[in-house]
Amino acid sequence: MNIYKQEFKMHFKSMVIWSLSIACLIFVYLAIYPSFAKDAELLNRVLSSFPKEFLIAFGMTDVDLSNIVGFYGLVFLFVQICLSIQAANYGFSLVSIEETELTADFLLAKPVRRTQILTSKLLAAITCLTITNIVVWISSFVFLNTYSGGKAIETKPIILLLLSIVIFQAFFFSVGMLISLLVKRIRSVTPYSMALAFGMYVLNAFGGMIGKETLEIISPFKHFEPNYIIKHSGYNFPMAWISVSAILISVVGSYVLYSKRNIRSAV
Amino acid sequence: MSIIEVNNLTKYYGKARGIVNVSFNVDEGEIFGFVGPNGAGKSTTIRLLLSLIFPSGGEAKIFGKDCIKYGPELRQEIGYLPSEVFYYERMKVIDLLKYSASFYKKDCTKRMVELSELMELDLNRRIDDLSYGNKKKVGIVQGLLHQPKLILLDEPTSGLDPLMQRKFFNLIKEENKRGVTVFFSSHILGEVQKLCNRVAIIKEGSIIDIQDIEKLQKDTYKKVRILGSEVDEKRFEIEGVSKLEKNNGAVNFFFKGDINQITRIISEQRITDLTIEEPTLEEIFMHYYE
Repeated sequence: MNIYKQEFKMHFKSMVIWSLSIACLIFVYLAIYPSFAKDAELLNRVLSSFPKEFLIAFGMTDVDLSNIVGFYGLVFLFVQICLSIQAANYGFSLVSIEETELTADFLLAKPVRRTQILTSKLLAAITCLTITNIVVWISSFVFLNTYSGGKAIETKPIILLLLSIVIFQAFFFSVGMLISLLVKRIRSVTPYSMALAFGMYVLNAFGGMIGKETLEIISPFKHFEPNYIIKHSGYNFPMAWISVSAILISVVGSYVLYSKRNIRSAV
Repeated sequence: MSIIEVNNLTKYYGKARGIVNVSFNVDEGEIFGFVGPNGAGKSTTIRLLLSLIFPSGGEAKIFGKDCIKYGPELRQEIGYLPSEVFYYERMKVIDLLKYSASFYKKDCTKRMVELSELMELDLNRRIDDLSYGNKKKVGIVQGLLHQPKLILLDEPTSGLDPLMQRKFFNLIKEENKRGVTVFFSSHILGEVQKLCNRVAIIKEGSIIDIQDIEKLQKDTYKKVRILGSEVDEKRFEIEGVSKLEKNNGAVNFFFKGDINQITRIISEQRITDLTIEEPTLEEIFMHYYE
């Protein structure tokens, strides 16, 4: 419990900043929706005249801008990118920060099992990610209702999108954690988490452009593509299982690696 | 009873050598010195005892229990002070100490306050505002606040001023009097000499000697220094004399054997001053370092 509290305190500031930033992002995008809702038909036509590759790259295929839910699918892609960076940050730094800041000696010389340390850290990070998740839920519903222009909103696709966040976060968090334990030393977390998050995004975007389902099947951006979820009002199922399996493998792998890890000395 | 038993402990970092077949025992209530130049494997040994790293071969036991399998349980009774101290920079000293204390089953508050007062530690400052020496003091307090039965010190005195060093040594001695066993690694022989009962010498990953300090100093060499401009140093070229040298009218050498031989030769000469003393450990062990 003491490690959990300490970890939570250390994540707290970053969690607040991420949560507020994502809430702002949702607010800003949804706030501009009413101003072009009137010309939605026109916009849809303009979009359909764009080259298909372009639309795929920016996640705008099958977007129906004539209702706010369709528009929200576009916004949700940006939310996903932010969430993936945040989760990857936490994953990569979870264990490695003790080693870069050389506090691992302090912690591991205490009478606790390594599995217990990892579990406490894991739970603290999950708590923070969940708080961000809740903030996304609340701000999404608040701003959707505010800017829908009085029209009823179809809630099922929205809820499906928001429910996917848990798996989405868990993917980037656990894969980040596993990679951080596979490499010898992480000097700075940001390059790693950016590479993982944008790498996965680009993989999906370009994979879609080429047209064949190849590498992008490992990307959660593919597994939980907002437009697919909205259009079909359901998940892309065989795909979503890939994310879930990756999470399970990463978590188990991390426990195994961490219990055997040699902690490098400061000097 | 042996508090620490190490049998053929070996650690390789990939292909790089850590330590090779290290074996020794530390008895209850002992202050055991562990001496060697930088990179000899002192820290590796201590980190293996704490299972911060895992051995490539051999085993280590503490309080008779395997130090990997029973690691968490054993560490309840171990205090550790690393050579370089690093703590969560954004924390206050008091918060760090409380965090540290929260890992132990017993109530550590009283001892924590005592130690902080003794080390003159300001509890309300942030860790990142502390100087190196002050961080070291935090390390000492957090390593001892749970009144461990075994203290592992990895070059503990670097960064402490002489006054603090003395306080620290007194603290360790007091702990030792209460029955605490101390494992003390250092590359400064003078420190070890002041404190330890026995000493192991490690070089390039292997133990080359384990000796009783008192015996070592009593039974072996005497250091002789003779002043006098007319002293004939050639008279001292007898068996048992080593490192004979003359400079600025002083003759220096080490002698091992019947001391009467030396006093006889000295009495033949006209001298202005004479000292015969125990050599420091440094001088005894210099050949290990070379």
